[in-house]
Amino acid sequence: MSSLTHAPARAGQASPAPPRRRRKLRGDDIAKILFVLPAGIAMALLFGYPVVKNLTMSLQDYSLQTFFTGEAPWVGLANYVDVVTDPIFGQAMLNTGLFTAGSILFQFVIGLALALFFKQHFPLSATLRGLLLLPWLLPLIVSSATWRAILEQDSGILNRFLGVFGVEPIGWLVSPSIALIAVIGVNIWIGIPFNTTLLYSGLQAIPDELYEAGSLDGATHWKAFRYITWPSLRPVVSVVLILGVVYTLKVLDIILGLTGGGPANATQTLATQSYQRSFVDFEFGHGAALSNILIVISMAFAVVYLRRGRHAADE
Amino acid sequence: MTTTTSAPAELNRRTGDDIDLRKVLLTAAGVLILAVMLFPVYWMVNASLQPSGNTLNADLIPLQPSFDNYVRAISEQGANLVTSLIIALGTVVFSLALAAPASFALAQFRFRWVGVALLAILVSQMIPGIVIANALYSAYEGMGLLNSIPGLILANSTSAIPFAILIMRSFMLGVPSAIIEAARVDGAGLVRSFLWIVVPVSRNAIITAGLFTFLFAWSDFLFALTLTTTDEIRPVTLGIYQYLGTQVQNWGAVMATAVLSATPAIVLLVAAQKYIAAGATGGAVK
Repeated sequence: MSSLTHAPARAGQASPAPPRRRRKLRGDDIAKILFVLPAGIAMALLFGYPVVKNLTMSLQDYSLQTFFTGEAPWVGLANYVDVVTDPIFGQAMLNTGLFTAGSILFQFVIGLALALFFKQHFPLSATLRGLLLLPWLLPLIVSSATWRAILEQDSGILNRFLGVFGVEPIGWLVSPSIALIAVIGVNIWIGIPFNTTLLYSGLQAIPDELYEAGSLDGATHWKAFRYITWPSLRPVVSVVLILGVVYTLKVLDIILGLTGGGPANATQTLATQSYQRSFVDFEFGHGAALSNILIVISMAFAVVYLRRGRHAADE
Repeated sequence: MTTTTSAPAELNRRTGDDIDLRKVLLTAAGVLILAVMLFPVYWMVNASLQPSGNTLNADLIPLQPSFDNYVRAISEQGANLVTSLIIALGTVVFSLALAAPASFALAQFRFRWVGVALLAILVSQMIPGIVIANALYSAYEGMGLLNSIPGLILANSTSAIPFAILIMRSFMLGVPSAIIEAARVDGAGLVRSFLWIVVPVSRNAIITAGLFTFLFAWSDFLFALTLTTTDEIRPVTLGIYQYLGTQVQNWGAVMATAVLSATPAIVLLVAAQKYIAAGATGGAVK
């Protein structure tokens, strides 16, 4: 980001100009830079600084005491060793993987099915598709509160509904063996609109002529999907999946609102652990180390995304 | 029209009844899907209108709707709703004031490092909020920005600015540079051509970015949770979280607060569609 500030911009697009004209362009250049400078500075302070600060904090013994004494001794990689050897780390990694994979798989499959469904224009289809966005636009803590009411063991509507069929009340959010599944289910609900919307716009971009030509060759229904829709949609699919992974890895609000990482750490992820280390235990060094591990994992997916993007641009 | 089922010509020539029946069934299926997807939202509203305040006794339909829960929600969370509103509006003003000129510059000026800036914006979207919170907490501690509205506005702007730039820049790419140059020939400076031409022409994109920025900041929970330590400044998302933190005594009040917090999203969904649809620059170049 800092490169924004000292990159000398040249507006020398035009053919060689007389000196007086060039002098005028210089003032123009400054004006142009002033257009981006405030946003550049804000991004450097609000994004660049935290990323760097997080990196240094992860190498320091940065705890509540630091705020009183002002001292944060350098400890090398000790924070990383501490958090990785903690027994919760393995579970948090596993939960993060299960949460991400489970969410993405179902969000994507259901999202694609709904996108294909809404592609068949019918009365009210645009309105219904628009209203479908609501779960995605709601504040996450509102969704968490609502789902907690629905999943409540004794009084929740889901257990009351299942009770009609003779199912015993299930402790959706209080049973360690089920809580992760319930949390994934809620996150799927939140993510479906995002997947549907992006995939729908991808479907819209496929030219009708392809289907017309395909139908002459007998490609209809499943065959049309297999040989026309899916190949054409591939670039959009990879964008949707990778963005989904990157966004899902850092999910924090929903889990905090639903279970707080419990019961018995059954829904702890890297993100919730990082929060807990920093803001519950006030071990900022540990929290920073965990969140840096999270960044590295996200970046690995981001690199795949950018590579894909470049390929798509080349084609 | 025809998608995976590109109907043979003979099918198209059939009586209209078949087609109509198929469409009616599709609409019915669509309504059913939406009903399932939006059931939680319905349940939130339903539970908020129950007189007892306890979902255990909640009827499927609020036959005797009571607004007691709302009275309680507003008396307990009213101030927090105002705090959230101020923070959200502040974030919109701050973010757009910085992002709009930057979007214009990244769309229209031929800087050599536009690619680098865009890459940085994309990467910034991938940084977990907890990273920002970690670092801002210690910085805010020293600067006295903990428990302050400006502190939360700045924190919310971290994700709002790059997002707003992405939305507005892609729109401003479509603003013909001819109309900007025409203005400059008439003697308007860069700032004036930006304010008088680019901003009005891009109004819809700016409104879209503003509405989403508002929703981001209104929905923020992570920064509210981490960057406040006292009860002085308490956005409503944190108010809901505190309701949930203890053993929930009164689901009715929680759900009423949730409905009030969900209102901007619902209003946006109904009102913003026209802004997104009307994103055309047509008529500007004449």
